[in-house]
Amino acid sequence: MLEIAIAIILGCCALGAGTAMIAGIGPGIGEGNAVAKACEAIGRQPESRGAVTTTMLMGCAIAETTGLYALVIAILLIFVAPNMLVDILMGIVG
Amino acid sequence: MNHKSRGFMAIDMAYICMMVLPLLLLITLKVLTNAPAGGIDIAGADIYFTLPMPIQNLPITESQVNSLCVLITILGLCLFLTHGITSGKLLIRHHVAEWIVEKVQAMVDDNMGKYFSGFAPFVTSILALSALSSLLSLLGLYPPTSDVNIVGGWALFVFALITYYKFKCGPVQYMKSFGEPVPFLAPLNIISEVATPISMAFRHYGNVLSGSVISVLVATGLQGLSKVLFGFLPGFLGEFPFLQIGLPAILSIYFDIFSGMLQAYIFAMLTMLYVASGFPADLYEKRQLKKKLVGGN
Repeated sequence: MLEIAIAIILGCCALGAGTAMIAGIGPGIGEGNAVAKACEAIGRQPESRGAVTTTMLMGCAIAETTGLYALVIAILLIFVAPNMLVDILMGIVG
Repeated sequence: MNHKSRGFMAIDMAYICMMVLPLLLLITLKVLTNAPAGGIDIAGADIYFTLPMPIQNLPITESQVNSLCVLITILGLCLFLTHGITSGKLLIRHHVAEWIVEKVQAMVDDNMGKYFSGFAPFVTSILALSALSSLLSLLGLYPPTSDVNIVGGWALFVFALITYYKFKCGPVQYMKSFGEPVPFLAPLNIISEVATPISMAFRHYGNVLSGSVISVLVATGLQGLSKVLFGFLPGFLGEFPFLQIGLPAILSIYFDIFSGMLQAYIFAMLTMLYVASGFPADLYEKRQLKKKLVGGN
């Protein structure tokens, strides 16, 4: 019985981590848009290349934040949560 | 002062030792405490020892020791770059030091305005600390920036600065700034205020940590793959991970060097932008002017 409970905990943690990383789609689309627009801008005004590139990198990094939240949750679910949950389970079972 | 004199060279050597010795110390410490682990090894910072404290025990971790050593290295670097800068004859490193100061000063003046022109040393130190901390992973050490506690500490410090500059026009003005543009948005404004340090810390730490996790995963995957492909070779050749040559190094250029530098730049940039935008510059100037007029009369 205990084995099944632990297996459910591990499996659900892995599923949760995988589901959390769906959030990676958003930053992907957003950063793609940003880079596309930056390319257009550089094509139109090649002399503003430096300023456009720095602003784009800055914007990309900020757009990445939501994806990183998901990543942090996924990492916590994979490396931290199973141990903690199994400890709690052991505490309950005794 | 003569740049070729014995004394000058000796002090130079001392500064270079100050730069290099902490890193060598860290590598020795790492070699002594870490047993080489097989397979996937993704762990947090090691705890060297724990100090007993009244409320909660204080663990001294690898990331704290590493970031302290990075501080000493940066101090040595600064002393080395500016050694003998007033002697009249400029060496290459003096030009490097000047270049750094000019670049950061221009960046601060562009982004923050002239009231904050004294922020340049602070921004430079954040840049240097963050960049060198991330670069520690090139030496095989644990980069302190992939520990949320270290970066969270910096973010809290920046948050304190932001709040200090928001308080410049008095607590009433500070409270009023939450009711903008319309008063019933105040809860959202409070949430976004609290989210500032959290998002700064998570952005930096998540980027560095994800880089190291992906590097380890790719390296382990390549090891397994080469075991499958070349396992039939006799003896040592069968064990040797041929596929691990090359690809992890290319990933490391992106994750360790480019990503770390970019995050340092972004952290410094966000610090400047948040501090400058939180400060009610127009109102402050008006009040100063009023005070001056009243004082004049």
